[in-house]
Amino acid sequence: MFAPDIILAAVLNGLMTGAVYALTAVGLTLVYGVLHIINFAHGAILTAAMFAAFFAWKIGIDPYVAVFALAPIFFALGYALQRFVIGPSSHGEDRNILLVTLGLSIVIENLLLAAFRSDTRSIDVPYGFSVIDLGFTFLSVPRVVAFAASCAAAAILWLILAKTDTGKAIRAVAKEKLGASLVGIDVAHVYAVTFGLGAACLAVAACLLLPTFYVHPRVGNAYVLVAFTIVVLGGMGSVPGALLGGLFIGVVESLSGLFLGESLGQIGIFLIFILVLLVRPTGLFGARA
Amino acid sequence: MADPILSISGLVAGYGGVDVLRGLDMQVSPGEIVAVLGSNGVGKTTLNKTLSGVLRPRAGVIRFDGADIQAASPAAIVEAGLIHVPEGRKIFPDMSVLENLELGSYRRAKARRARNLERVFATFPRLLERTNQHAGTLSGGEQQMLAIGRGLMGEPRLLILDEPSLGLSPLLVEEMFGLVKTLNAEGLAILLVEQNVMQSLDLAHRAYVLENGAFVLSGTGAELAANPDLEKTYLGM
Repeated sequence: MFAPDIILAAVLNGLMTGAVYALTAVGLTLVYGVLHIINFAHGAILTAAMFAAFFAWKIGIDPYVAVFALAPIFFALGYALQRFVIGPSSHGEDRNILLVTLGLSIVIENLLLAAFRSDTRSIDVPYGFSVIDLGFTFLSVPRVVAFAASCAAAAILWLILAKTDTGKAIRAVAKEKLGASLVGIDVAHVYAVTFGLGAACLAVAACLLLPTFYVHPRVGNAYVLVAFTIVVLGGMGSVPGALLGGLFIGVVESLSGLFLGESLGQIGIFLIFILVLLVRPTGLFGARA
Repeated sequence: MADPILSISGLVAGYGGVDVLRGLDMQVSPGEIVAVLGSNGVGKTTLNKTLSGVLRPRAGVIRFDGADIQAASPAAIVEAGLIHVPEGRKIFPDMSVLENLELGSYRRAKARRARNLERVFATFPRLLERTNQHAGTLSGGEQQMLAIGRGLMGEPRLLILDEPSLGLSPLLVEEMFGLVKTLNAEGLAILLVEQNVMQSLDLAHRAYVLENGAFVLSGTGAELAANPDLEKTYLGM
């Protein structure tokens, strides 16, 4: 058996990983909740954002600074992608959107592969190995920053959804498209804004991940698989569900890594996934069918 | 008579290979209540969807307030003040009553949101008691009030009410028609699309009877109520 402070340290580490997981899941669940599609390009967009952050660092911009430019840039990219590519090619059919996003992910990934090869790259920031000493454990500074910033980004997103007219329009379109049109909400615009917000979340996540993680053209897939699990766990379309689900999955991964060994850490995640599907398929916060 | 606020001519609309509306002509003047009557499946809802821009007409002209709107987006039509309270209410079920009303002024009259909220609550005190309740948990009558309240938040110049009495108890139907009268007395032009023939004719200045995608009868409410053809048309006898 492990000492309590080792378990506590694992929980803290799990929470910090989980916050970034949550951020990648929030974008996915938001797009699902509003557009009712699974965005298969989610992982590829995360990868693209990580490359963007990597090259920003190459020209001397720290990821924590680059995030303020990359979040709006990826919002615009996501907006344009939905408005001018995914939306028009769907012709009102959800399965078209599935195929288009799947196709986009293949295109983005392979463009990145063609341009940058399958090399694994990482950056070397001066604070990369800084730690905070809690007495019983050390917390890595970049991971604490990632935790705080992910929570802040999620809180901002929540405020946008709850308090602004745009956020209310997003929630209105999610549940009642015709009603939304009839109060003058431009549904195609709201779709694109939602997609843009999802992409902006990924840009933030990418900038937070880069100081402690590596980037290569398929890196997004590792995160997206976990993000799918979180979305199902939290309830498809639920933003608070994605947040809590992300934190929970982070802790599960960390604890199963501790008890089963680092290489088996993700087994816990997928056990939880199967359990949720068996016991509560609508997820923790999912609406009843 | 004043220039009509809404006039449509030669309107053809439909879905897929089928024309549902087969050449409609109609006018609504400012301050009028005009009823469009017809049983299920004659094209009433298609007409409303076409007027609000959700469905593109295949032919014909829709003029609202002096401008052609047959090619305008739903948002532009709301912005012009033609507001449609749809059949089945189409409120936002998991948002609060207050948020539903706020979204009524998403496109139009946003600057006067607070004042219009007060007016809607004065008209529907029941909604004031339920501002924070999820709209989906309201009773049918309350949901209809909310749908109309949401429409009023955009300061309509013409309000289309699609089957406002559908699914309501006789007492509430009575209340709903009373409300239409009150709103009209304040100067609002109303296009009332209903299956409830006698009560609608009682209220409307003029009415059109829609059958199989065409207007087969029209006239003042009193004329139509006395017309023996009405029963024939309406009941298909």
